Amino acid sequence: MAKTYVSATINGESAEFLCETQQTLLDVLRDVIGLTGSKEGCGSGDCGACSVIVDDRLVCSCLMLGVEAEGKSITTIEGIANGDTLHPIQQKFLEYAALQCGFCTPGLIVATKALLDENPNPTETEARYWLAGNLCRCTGYDKVIRAVMDVAADMRGEKVA
Amino acid sequence: MQAFTLTQPSNIQSAVAAASEPQTKYIAGGTDLLQLAKDDIETPRQLVDLEPLPMSGIHAGPNGLRLEALARMSDVAAHPAVVHGWPVLSQALLASASPQIRNMATVGGNLLQRTRCGYFRDTGFACNKRVPGSGCPAINGENRMHAILGVSDHCIATNPGDMAVAMMVLDAELELIGRNGTRKVAIGDFHRLPADTPHIETILRPGELITGIAIPASAAARRSGYLKVRDRASFEFAVVSAAVALDMDGGTIRSARVAAGGVGTKPWRLPEVEAALTGKPARAATLQEAAGRAGEGAKTTAMNAFKLVLLRRAVLRALQTVAA
Repeated sequence: MAKTYVSATINGESAEFLCETQQTLLDVLRDVIGLTGSKEGCGSGDCGACSVIVDDRLVCSCLMLGVEAEGKSITTIEGIANGDTLHPIQQKFLEYAALQCGFCTPGLIVATKALLDENPNPTETEARYWLAGNLCRCTGYDKVIRAVMDVAADMRGEKVA
Repeated sequence: MQAFTLTQPSNIQSAVAAASEPQTKYIAGGTDLLQLAKDDIETPRQLVDLEPLPMSGIHAGPNGLRLEALARMSDVAAHPAVVHGWPVLSQALLASASPQIRNMATVGGNLLQRTRCGYFRDTGFACNKRVPGSGCPAINGENRMHAILGVSDHCIATNPGDMAVAMMVLDAELELIGRNGTRKVAIGDFHRLPADTPHIETILRPGELITGIAIPASAAARRSGYLKVRDRASFEFAVVSAAVALDMDGGTIRSARVAAGGVGTKPWRLPEVEAALTGKPARAATLQEAAGRAGEGAKTTAMNAFKLVLLRRAVLRALQTVAA
């Protein structure tokens, strides 16, 4: 079947690609563009390991068609750090050891970024419900939530300073 | 997922025209359809992509709310006018799915999400909904999550929605467009009972499209709430849910609207509970007595008899919360 030409912005840079209509955005990111940070856990929207931000909305890239990325701005885990400098969220996940096997981590960090972009001062309950779509089978979530609450406080402090 | 062509129409009329072709489905948020396509439950040859159409508005006024069909679940849930004027709707949406899914899924598509029955979702099993006449392994199988109301000898699959249950107590009206023009249908008439045709789930005609949902404003809509009971605190389908809207005159219930989710083969209104509340004082005993009537006509299975008990308790809790 003929491929479709798609033009989008990925992590701040213009990107052009060809994809088949049945390829998901996750397929495109991993197999066409070569950005393998976003993971396929379940492929059905249950685990959140494929979470990316599309035009300021946190979505599951496994449930979006690649062709629907046309004209959209997409942020993946590869776009979170500033060059070699980790984003404060990434740094805090390391400090708290908020990961074990790491498979869910890209999705959790992208989801945390989307949370703090929208709500820089979440309650613990708000953070837990926001991250409800990101499953982690290793950590039991406690260290993840502590990292999120701490980095939120840090980032609010940076804005004041 | 099998290959399909994707048609991106420039307006509703061309979308409807494209959808009249065989083996064609509309795609909006895609959160259910793509799951179904990946599992070969749905095998469309053509998808008509509604995403580019400007149909995602949320219009709230003194007389009512109108949701365009592509409004996102998250946007409707967070809309200040919805939170204030139709709290049961906002609460039901926030109790649905995950932030990612709510950001993608549309209100029109949500009305069409298909059952979570594990036999339906696995092509390794027979299923009258998926392959008419093939049988229903759920009736004598793993049926803890299955329906107790509106069931038939052919299907006991539960309608999975929360939003539609809320809409049942709000007198929502759906706006449809098809090849032969537009029509309106009450939310309560939209989903069909399974009877001996469980594969036909709604009154939508081939190629017909939901364009909007109109919901009147009312005192009852403002005094409404949603309770969802599930196996974990978030991102899970309802075991049982209850939607309540009360029109109160001081301490007296002028009229009541009560509906339930997780128990019916379609979103389920509970007129037996409503009748027991109408004109009565909102006292503990009244609410208890009314809630105890919920589930008239229920038919349970080996694993889901608990749902009838849980339904009455959920309705009581929702009534207590909304009446307080």
